[in-house]
Amino acid sequence: MTAELVRGQNHALPETRLEIRVSSGKPIVAGATLNDEQGHMREAGWIAHPADPHLPGLEVSRQAAAEHRLAVDLGALPEPVHRVNVLLALPSGVGGPTSFGAVTAPFLAVTDLDGAEIANYTVIGLDRESAVVALELYRRHDVWKVRAVGQGYAGGLADMLSDQGLTEARQLAETINTAVTEGMARAVAPPPAAVRGTRQGATSSASAAAGTTPAGATSAGSTSAGSAHRNSPSGANAPASGAGAAQGDGEVTREGAREGSADVPAGGGSDGGQVNYQHPNRRPTQPSPPPAAPPAPAPATPPASSGGASGAPAPVAGDATGWSMDERLYNQVWGMFEDMARTVAAYRSAVDFADSRREQELDKVLSDPATRVGPVADAAREQARTKHTQLVEQASSVLDRDLSQLLAEAEVVEPALPCPFARWDNPVWQAYEVPMESPMALRLGDLSLPERTDLRIPMLVRLPLERGLWIDSGSSGSGSTPVSSDEVRRRAVEAAVAIAARLVAVYPVDDFTLNVIDPAGSAAPSLVPLLESGALREPPAGGAAGVTQTLERLTQRVDLVQMAVRNRATASLPPDLDTAEQLLVVHDFPHGFDDRSVTQLRYLVDEGPAVGVNVLMVADREEAQGYGPVLDPLWRALLRITAVPDDHLADPWVGHAWTYEPMLAPPGSSVLSQVLQQVAVARQAYGRR
Amino acid sequence: MTAGENAERGTAVTVNMTKGQAINLQKSDGGTLTAVRMGLGWQAAPRRGLFGKRSKEIDLDASAVLFADKQPVDVVFFRHLVSDDGSVRHSGDNLTGGAGQGGDDEAVMVDLQRVPVHIDQIVFTVNSFTGQTFAEVENAFCRLLDETTGQEMARYTLTGGGQYTAQIMAKMGRQGGGWQMTAIGEPASGRTFQDLMPSIVPHL
Repeated sequence: MTAELVRGQNHALPETRLEIRVSSGKPIVAGATLNDEQGHMREAGWIAHPADPHLPGLEVSRQAAAEHRLAVDLGALPEPVHRVNVLLALPSGVGGPTSFGAVTAPFLAVTDLDGAEIANYTVIGLDRESAVVALELYRRHDVWKVRAVGQGYAGGLADMLSDQGLTEARQLAETINTAVTEGMARAVAPPPAAVRGTRQGATSSASAAAGTTPAGATSAGSTSAGSAHRNSPSGANAPASGAGAAQGDGEVTREGAREGSADVPAGGGSDGGQVNYQHPNRRPTQPSPPPAAPPAPAPATPPASSGGASGAPAPVAGDATGWSMDERLYNQVWGMFEDMARTVAAYRSAVDFADSRREQELDKVLSDPATRVGPVADAAREQARTKHTQLVEQASSVLDRDLSQLLAEAEVVEPALPCPFARWDNPVWQAYEVPMESPMALRLGDLSLPERTDLRIPMLVRLPLERGLWIDSGSSGSGSTPVSSDEVRRRAVEAAVAIAARLVAVYPVDDFTLNVIDPAGSAAPSLVPLLESGALREPPAGGAAGVTQTLERLTQRVDLVQMAVRNRATASLPPDLDTAEQLLVVHDFPHGFDDRSVTQLRYLVDEGPAVGVNVLMVADREEAQGYGPVLDPLWRALLRITAVPDDHLADPWVGHAWTYEPMLAPPGSSVLSQVLQQVAVARQAYGRR
Repeated sequence: MTAGENAERGTAVTVNMTKGQAINLQKSDGGTLTAVRMGLGWQAAPRRGLFGKRSKEIDLDASAVLFADKQPVDVVFFRHLVSDDGSVRHSGDNLTGGAGQGGDDEAVMVDLQRVPVHIDQIVFTVNSFTGQTFAEVENAFCRLLDETTGQEMARYTLTGGGQYTAQIMAKMGRQGGGWQMTAIGEPASGRTFQDLMPSIVPHL
């Protein structure tokens, strides 16, 4: 039971080794003084403060912070000590708040070593005070107790210390403030540019010196460092558990980060601080990742001058917000997607307007019989056409400018993409290793608009998939070259195999299970790589019986997991249940399906995604017409992609029709089987079976 | 000295406007504007005791209408927060107002360099969606800022503005290679920007 103390209240302490947690909205100084039986500080050394944080049995932190943990071992205190006062003070002279009335009421919790709260106290009712004795731990008949004190001092530390009988109170208060101010300076000091090579080490040691409380240190920093160096936004949120290097990155100022990114291979030989890495159309972004960012190979960044649009800053990969390089790249790709959609929307809207204005003006000339013919009419027509041409030219030049910038960005981003986002011909696949962590997204293909067909935006979808996929084996696409229906079918299976293989490859070993239904066995040749490598554990289910059996099994799994999740009993799932993400590839739907299996399939499509079961259909909608409109919801529930380029996907902002192009391994390449081979080896090494 | 003279001299004084006043504004350093923001702020209706939910909440809305040759092409308001081309963005609908202390409760940001070439005028409006007139709303103001510097270029006090529920604030128009802003400040009535269209057209 936690005792919530009010001012004056006390509470017995069950043990002598304790921790006192302090939190406040702003960085504050925490310290402690020791008193003897008479309530005096017997020696000048009976105080633990930032400049001298250690006493036997007592330790405080070295600088001001919004969060403190004071370690106390009451048993280790000197014998004459009968009281420990826990003090809080606002640092002075750093531009922060000067009275507790202006900050959140400090909260203190006395906990045992396991972190279980024994008592807590919120120091309320403070106003002009800038120092406060918050708690006292005192000994009464050899039993230690805690009392909520909450005694504030408007005169600050100096007044409080002299109140405790310290003769050199003012001097000591000065020392403490100096130490605190120095501590703050240390926490934000931007590394000198000259020693760039050691930057990482220097900043991480600085942040290590900043102690256990990065949040406090950085927010303190922004007050003391003023406007010259703004802390990167991640600094305040940097997880306390972060490794030294990562932490260092979070603490680096924006200035420093910019220089830092010149260290990153992606930054490409420009001098630090000179290049503005900000995409002009996008929000200010995170600093580039530390050089150690694992998934990103060094992309060859073109020099700034070849950045496409003249005067535009050279784009860099990972120029977006996110906690990891993958997330930054994901956000960057989506940012490019949106920018392209909007840029093209602006262009199309301008051209439409120009067209309609020209029509109107020409109509006006025609509608007046007096001026329909003759030089006046000709001039009017000419003028209408010129206005049209001018506007369209203007719009095109803006479009060109924006698109070439996007193109330059794509050229940088594409090589930097990790496996799940990369094309099959990306070298990253040659260096493929089975990942240890689940991927955040998957690339399904490329998207493009007719305005610039060579600018292809990766189509990334979040994993786990929110809905199933349907590869349309009936559509012959929107391309100019007609493709025979047999060819489309073949390509549809290949696209399905490529997606299935990619999914297996980007998940850690045994976190993804593939199931295939191929009633007529017609996909067998394309499935060979999956089967040979063992990526597909069981041969494709054939015939009506196989269909029924597979669907039955997956339906049962969905049911069980759903039930378990609803009843919060996931621990009691049968041990042999495959908890991996499941993908069911259904080839040649509706062959081999009866009414019952169709119902089961619909159930899987509707209920499966929530519990990690997805369906990838390879089907021609026309062929399924026999089932009538019953199947319409099924189609609608799936994301339709095509085996050949087809413009049917709409973006979420403007709704352009984007041409989707599936992603296949380059002809003659064995990358797919190589990757699957790796998966098989890893499975044997440390997989389930 | 009138506000207009102030602006022409390029001083950094906020122009505090009365309704109907029309002046031309330029960036104080003589350059053209690249990004502007219209901010709208007002004080939430006071909560009254236990049945606080019944107090009549005030919902003012800021909108921007994009015109090409006097034809409305796109509009940014609480149901369409970003113009299709991405150049005009709305901060999102605020249904209750704020503390009335001067902060913007709704804002419309315009990136003038990204505005499609055929858009030649952008008109900013304010409407009272819940129907209170400006006479009833406490501490209501709208203002225009140069987004790049944060400098306020014009400010209207809406409170005490009489029995009106809307105001056509200002328009941005293309001028040479850049943009120029004209304050309009004409009171009107209507629930959303659609109701204002007839009042906007004479100003184009």
